[in-house]
Amino acid sequence: MDNLVFYQILLQQIFNGLVLGSLYALVALGYTMVYGILELINFAHGEVVMLGAMVALTVLGALSGAGYSGVWTIGVALAVAVPICVTTGLLIERVAYRPLRHAPRLAPLITAIGVSIVLQNLAMIFWGRQYLSFPAVIDVQVYEWWGVSVTNVQLVMVALAATMMVGLLVLVGRTRLGRAMRAIAQNREVASLMGVNVNTVIAATFAIGSALAAVAGVLVSTYYGLAHYAMGFMLGLKAFTAAVLGGIGNIPGAMLGGLLLGVIESLGAGYIGDLTGGFLGSNYQDIFAFFVLILVLIFRPAGLLGEQVAERA
Amino acid sequence: MKVVVGALLGLSLVVTAIQAVAVETVKIGVVSPLTGPQAHLGKDIENGARLAIDEINATHPTLGGQPVRFDLLVEDDQADPRTATVVAQKLVDSGVKGVIGHLNSGASIPAARIYAEAGIPQISPGSTAVTYTRQGFKTTYRVMANDAQQGQALGGYAVRIGRRVAVVDDRTAYGQGLADEVAKAVRAAGGEVVAREFTTDKSTDFTAILTSLKAKRPEVVVYGGMDPQAAPIARQMKMLGLKAVFMGGDGMQSAEFLKLAGTAAEGVIGSSPGLPLEKMQGGAEFATRFTARFGKIQIYAPFSYDASRVLIAAIRQADSAEPARYLPVLAGIAVNGVIGPIAFDTYGDLKDGPVTLYQVKGGQWVPIITMGGKN
Repeated sequence: MDNLVFYQILLQQIFNGLVLGSLYALVALGYTMVYGILELINFAHGEVVMLGAMVALTVLGALSGAGYSGVWTIGVALAVAVPICVTTGLLIERVAYRPLRHAPRLAPLITAIGVSIVLQNLAMIFWGRQYLSFPAVIDVQVYEWWGVSVTNVQLVMVALAATMMVGLLVLVGRTRLGRAMRAIAQNREVASLMGVNVNTVIAATFAIGSALAAVAGVLVSTYYGLAHYAMGFMLGLKAFTAAVLGGIGNIPGAMLGGLLLGVIESLGAGYIGDLTGGFLGSNYQDIFAFFVLILVLIFRPAGLLGEQVAERA
Repeated sequence: MKVVVGALLGLSLVVTAIQAVAVETVKIGVVSPLTGPQAHLGKDIENGARLAIDEINATHPTLGGQPVRFDLLVEDDQADPRTATVVAQKLVDSGVKGVIGHLNSGASIPAARIYAEAGIPQISPGSTAVTYTRQGFKTTYRVMANDAQQGQALGGYAVRIGRRVAVVDDRTAYGQGLADEVAKAVRAAGGEVVAREFTTDKSTDFTAILTSLKAKRPEVVVYGGMDPQAAPIARQMKMLGLKAVFMGGDGMQSAEFLKLAGTAAEGVIGSSPGLPLEKMQGGAEFATRFTARFGKIQIYAPFSYDASRVLIAAIRQADSAEPARYLPVLAGIAVNGVIGPIAFDTYGDLKDGPVTLYQVKGGQWVPIITMGGKN
């Protein structure tokens, strides 16, 4: 293979990885925000992503025959999926986590897994076991730059994910709500003494995380054209890995971790066969995420950008 | 008065019962997934067998000069290997003389041992994994082309499109088996396997694999696996500008694939064992009889219909429903079925099983060529 083709392929793999990574990052933010404030790993978060995809699919299915433009229908799908996911997120917090806020840390972890299973099964009952196809509402345009294929869907995805992430950074860094969130993350008791309504702020955190999850769900299923009741599990696990990779509780860390994980996976799956002489194939794509997770936990347990959690006196 | 009517009624029941006893019954087992996501396919098999048996019974068949009636014993294997062995044992225990089933290779393979140990012939209408008939049992048969025959058809046709072929599979028994046969056939036909990539039956992102395929400039990409993966592969090939022809086996030659892949399905080629129904010898006529009674044919009804008829033809030629007596007849049988001429090779596989290739044109699978077979 000549050099030019080699670099074109490399560039394509990196770009694919960035698209995938921006999705991971979007989901990872939900994990990291909750962890930063509550030191709780919300394992049901992946299921909220799935719910977002399923709801959007149902809305698109209902609208696709009506002759509206693609962007508009996706907008409506988002407008329906986001409130439903936010409500679900709030409900999960209220029912499964708030009563256990002062319980040992293992208890909310177990309810998190429980909620995740319940949501999966509800989705299975409601939408069935088979893969559901996402109606093709958007015309996929393929552009080619320097031998790298890029589609309009991918560009919109990356742009949307980037916008949401910047918005989140502004929210946490510049607004009153953000200040309250940071205060609770540092010390919940003192923050509450200073007049911060802890319950409201925690609920807001879940709401924001779930809204991001809803957007991620719609993006994932528009991108792949598929939705399935069990799709949230693996995605959630990968996003969690991304969050740990960047430093859990650290918002820029989750973004970096997500992007990095996407690129590592893409390059790994693309070159493993050639590198190992065919001994390991690209079906081992998923092990890269977890291999990286293990390496990070061994050599840099706090993640690349460092963990940000409450300082306990 | 009531008493008299009651007594008469009772008497007539007894008489009917005696008459029924006089006609000896031969039990035939039919087993397929009747619950779960493949229930519609399983029911298709049951209905095909039922139509065959009822038609034969209507001709008042005899064995050894005595009138007989064939009775269907229906079991549900849930497409699950473990359940398959349980219901296989149940059928053996209830004294069936032959079995039509199972649908899934994963179910047929373990169940075959149980029928073999009881000496009962088994004819599968839908299991295509090569292994099924290669377990060393004399009782395993099938009336559908196996994955080796399918792989040969796919590989051979791929080389006609272009010499540079990439082969991808999902590492399941079915996907890997089919893909290996395709690779073999491509090389045999003078083509080159430029890449051999793998995925899993749960993946949705294939961009990395397809990008590395792109570097190897294949003219055809053949996939061994099922439609939930084949559809996103078709989409992502378009997305990445990989302009090779996409092909695959019966796991993706489905209506579901058309739905999931959307516009990306256009031009994709999928194979399926057997002839298209309208090309089958008695296809049109069979379809009329079948749909009048059971409604739409899925895929397997003609195969289970023929499997049942072949089994009973062997019994009648041997003039005995004893498996030990009619098994040698079955091994050497030659009959004309709906699906075409049926004869078995030494493994119990369909001789010259035809494989039909379909291409998606205008959102429909359209038959383009039938390979193998005696047509």
